Amino acid sequence: MDDDSFYSLIQRQGISRRSFLKFCTFSALSLGFGLEMVPEIVHAFETKPRLPVVWLHGLECTCCSESFIRSGHPLVKDVLLSMISLDYDDTLMAASGEQAEKSLRQTIEDYKGKYLLAVEGNPPTKEEGMFCIVGGKPFIEQLRWAAKDAKAIIAWGSCASSGCVQAAKPNPTGAVPIHEVIKDKPVIRIPGCPPIAEVMTGIITYMVTFDRLPELDFRNRPKMFYSQRIHDKCYRRGHFDAGQFVERWDDEGAKKGYCLYKVGCRGPTTYNGCSTTRWNGGVSFPIQAGHGCIGCSEDGFWDNGPFYSRLSNINVLGVETDADKIGFSLLGAAGAAMAVHAIASGVFKNKIKKATAQSPKSGSVENMLEERKDRERPKENS
Amino acid sequence: MVNDLKKTPEGFSLDKTGKRIVVDPVTRIEGHLRCEVNIDSANVIRNAVSSGTMWRGIELIVKGRDPRDVWAFTQRICGVCTGVHALASVRAVENALGITIPENAHCIRTIMHLTQMVHDHLVHFYHLHALDWVDVVSCLKADPQKTTEIAQKISSYPLSSPGYFSDVQNRLKQFVESGQLGLFKNGYWGHPAYKLPPEVNLLAVAHYLEALDFQRNIVKIHTVFGGKNPHPNWLVGGVPCAINIDETMGAGAPVNMAQLNLVSSIIDRTVTFVEQVYLPDILAIGSYYKDWLYGGGLSSKNVLSYGEIPDKANDYSASNLLIPRGAIINGDLKNIQEVDLQDSSQIREYVFHSWYRYPDPAESRHPWEGITEPQFILGPNTKGSKTHIEQLDEEAKYSWIKAPRYKSKAMEVGPLARFIIGYASGREDFKEPVQRALSQLGVPFEALFSTLGRTLARALEADWCAKMLKKFYQRLLGNISSGQTATADTTKWDPSRWPSEAKGVGFVEAPRGSLGHWIRIKNGKIENYQAVVPTTWNGSPRDPQGNIGAFEASLLDTPLAKPEEPLEILRTLHSFDPCLACSTHVIDLRGRELALVRIL
Repeated sequence: MDDDSFYSLIQRQGISRRSFLKFCTFSALSLGFGLEMVPEIVHAFETKPRLPVVWLHGLECTCCSESFIRSGHPLVKDVLLSMISLDYDDTLMAASGEQAEKSLRQTIEDYKGKYLLAVEGNPPTKEEGMFCIVGGKPFIEQLRWAAKDAKAIIAWGSCASSGCVQAAKPNPTGAVPIHEVIKDKPVIRIPGCPPIAEVMTGIITYMVTFDRLPELDFRNRPKMFYSQRIHDKCYRRGHFDAGQFVERWDDEGAKKGYCLYKVGCRGPTTYNGCSTTRWNGGVSFPIQAGHGCIGCSEDGFWDNGPFYSRLSNINVLGVETDADKIGFSLLGAAGAAMAVHAIASGVFKNKIKKATAQSPKSGSVENMLEERKDRERPKENS
Repeated sequence: MVNDLKKTPEGFSLDKTGKRIVVDPVTRIEGHLRCEVNIDSANVIRNAVSSGTMWRGIELIVKGRDPRDVWAFTQRICGVCTGVHALASVRAVENALGITIPENAHCIRTIMHLTQMVHDHLVHFYHLHALDWVDVVSCLKADPQKTTEIAQKISSYPLSSPGYFSDVQNRLKQFVESGQLGLFKNGYWGHPAYKLPPEVNLLAVAHYLEALDFQRNIVKIHTVFGGKNPHPNWLVGGVPCAINIDETMGAGAPVNMAQLNLVSSIIDRTVTFVEQVYLPDILAIGSYYKDWLYGGGLSSKNVLSYGEIPDKANDYSASNLLIPRGAIINGDLKNIQEVDLQDSSQIREYVFHSWYRYPDPAESRHPWEGITEPQFILGPNTKGSKTHIEQLDEEAKYSWIKAPRYKSKAMEVGPLARFIIGYASGREDFKEPVQRALSQLGVPFEALFSTLGRTLARALEADWCAKMLKKFYQRLLGNISSGQTATADTTKWDPSRWPSEAKGVGFVEAPRGSLGHWIRIKNGKIENYQAVVPTTWNGSPRDPQGNIGAFEASLLDTPLAKPEEPLEILRTLHSFDPCLACSTHVIDLRGRELALVRIL
């Protein structure tokens, strides 16, 4: 029965062909494909067994697992029962003790080279890794062991992708993102603290459907979810362009949904799907709920604060002046707004720290754009 | 042999002879936890050692940062009880700086907090705890017709037809037959400690799946007010979500009529789900386990609650808290002790058995003077090596958890502690549900001090919180309709208006128990920060006097039906809803054998 396909399985579970096709259509659309991809998805589900998944936990807060179980498209219930075979996940699995260990060993042995390794959290490296102990041993050992025979590796969330909060200064445990430990195969990074549920299940659906990795950008993030800034599709963007800003919490601008740039918003420098996919079934996203984006899917975001400083306060050329000018003049002059925007969107994507290096030339827009190009040039091996 | 028999100051006997069983880490919890027990020849637990096996150092990471940012850092202490650390943090900063919040902000924060309570309790019961009581495989043998009869007898919940249950059963059957068991692989199915008939197992499994769907909806309340879940937005001085109900579509404001209606409808469905699914399930399942009254531990002796849900904004005094504040010591229910988080003689932490360093190892410290300096040292009697621990030495340092004490006593915190204190305070809204549930189960009051009592109290609290959600939502609407729309007070937003030095404390009754954040601010930056979390209380290691923590106490005297499948250990540990991080296995010294045998 091991080669049961997804479709034959759900068919025997009493799910109609119509519902199955609806599900496939939903998957296609939620992945950003057109309807022309539906037959391919249908074909994939009709012929493939469920994908074995091993999900490990290092130093983390479990927000990624919590986010994962919020998925509505597809429902996490369906993911767990019908799409993947979550053979090891210590947060949710029934087994424990020796029986849980056995599940892990069996999956790795039975599906050598075929299972997907999902990692939530990261390994500490100080104290020989003993800031995170699993089964009496450092987590980093378990991670290396499970990674060796994995078909593909997903770094779920910012902890695994970039280190996140425990790696913020002064990083007392020496926590590192998992690609610094697993160097012999690509690690797909899904940053976010946590990532959006449908981003997580979307990646899984993609891999199950097409039996290949999604297209990745130069930082190994799937392009389909991480190629746009939050600012690009923010519903408050019109106010930014018109120079209408929230000046302080709960002022008239806040009540009118003006742009949060001046009270601290990293939407212009953050690549994620929050403003398009939104959260928890499309209900809202951080900016829509009145708070600036803290940039949780960007590397090192914890040390790019304070969060309530507008980006311009972190010593990046002249935006503060420009934003204020626009705010005061209320001209909303297209030219000025676009200038601000060009700076905000293009320049800030760089690591601000580096962008503000003390060299006298580094303050110019041209230099910074140049730097950005360098940074974004695809690296070898990635 | 004399050294192996010990009496703790609380009156528990510890006996280290006999087999040592190691469970590391424990699954279906939050974080990484290790548990070791000694069992006697009758397989009864005579000694228990619990060890938190991860440390991230967030208290050190927040030093020197802007106090207005810290909620975001501390919120990442936990993504399961998400929001509670943020709430403790903004309260601590506001307490230090004398910042008050508008009434609407208080209502919104309370709605978010209550939402978290219900969500967490539901997910905990169905997805982290239920499989300790429910045998998934057994439900394949159920007669769906009979399940329907049971379901309709205990609840008016509409999804209870034979077709509904047979669909679930059929889906599960095909799942099992696929050979890929996923999450249900290698469970303790068929274990003799499972007591439910197949029909009740089927009911529970159907609701496992239903709760998985439903929990997605509850959290949308966080998304409306905080932008996302997990890890919604918070703000020092109020909430960031401005209210605008009079302009077209709220002019893009976070809180408008459409969003309020969404919140209202979710609250209604939450009340229904808890009343018609969660509570009846607990009583139905509990009725088969009412003879399994192990796991009481500290609950009949020492329990603590900081209190929660201020009725009016900005008043954190005991008389204004809808969940009562207090402590009970030595089981004296008639004498509820006051709790003052600022009093340095009440709450103090030891690190004698924890992997931290204090200048004087035997001392304890109030959190305002707290020090978090890691020191990973294993005791001389540890079995194994530094990077392969086979057995811990509980006479030495053995956990990443500190040992907090209230007036030198180890305390249990959490829903059961809150309900005992509410009951002892004579508060009808706590007393009446407890009495009703106990009488429905046909068990005496003392039955509350048990694993089952802890699980029952959590369900009763979910019900209390769901109803309280309605109250605060109505109050928010009332405020708005009377023209109050303020959501933040920014008069002290600017650090230049702060004193050069300040200290404060913020507290929350989180789903798992009493949570406190203590902050010291100097020149606008954090000088020191200490969090004492619920699992620090419950999962604490021993202190220099030999008092044991709630986890350790609760495991004593429990018989294991099959020591190689220690279901009972999980059952009791899970009843606390441990919050560390996750993974489990019984490890062994020699490869595949299950329990370590050590005659000491």
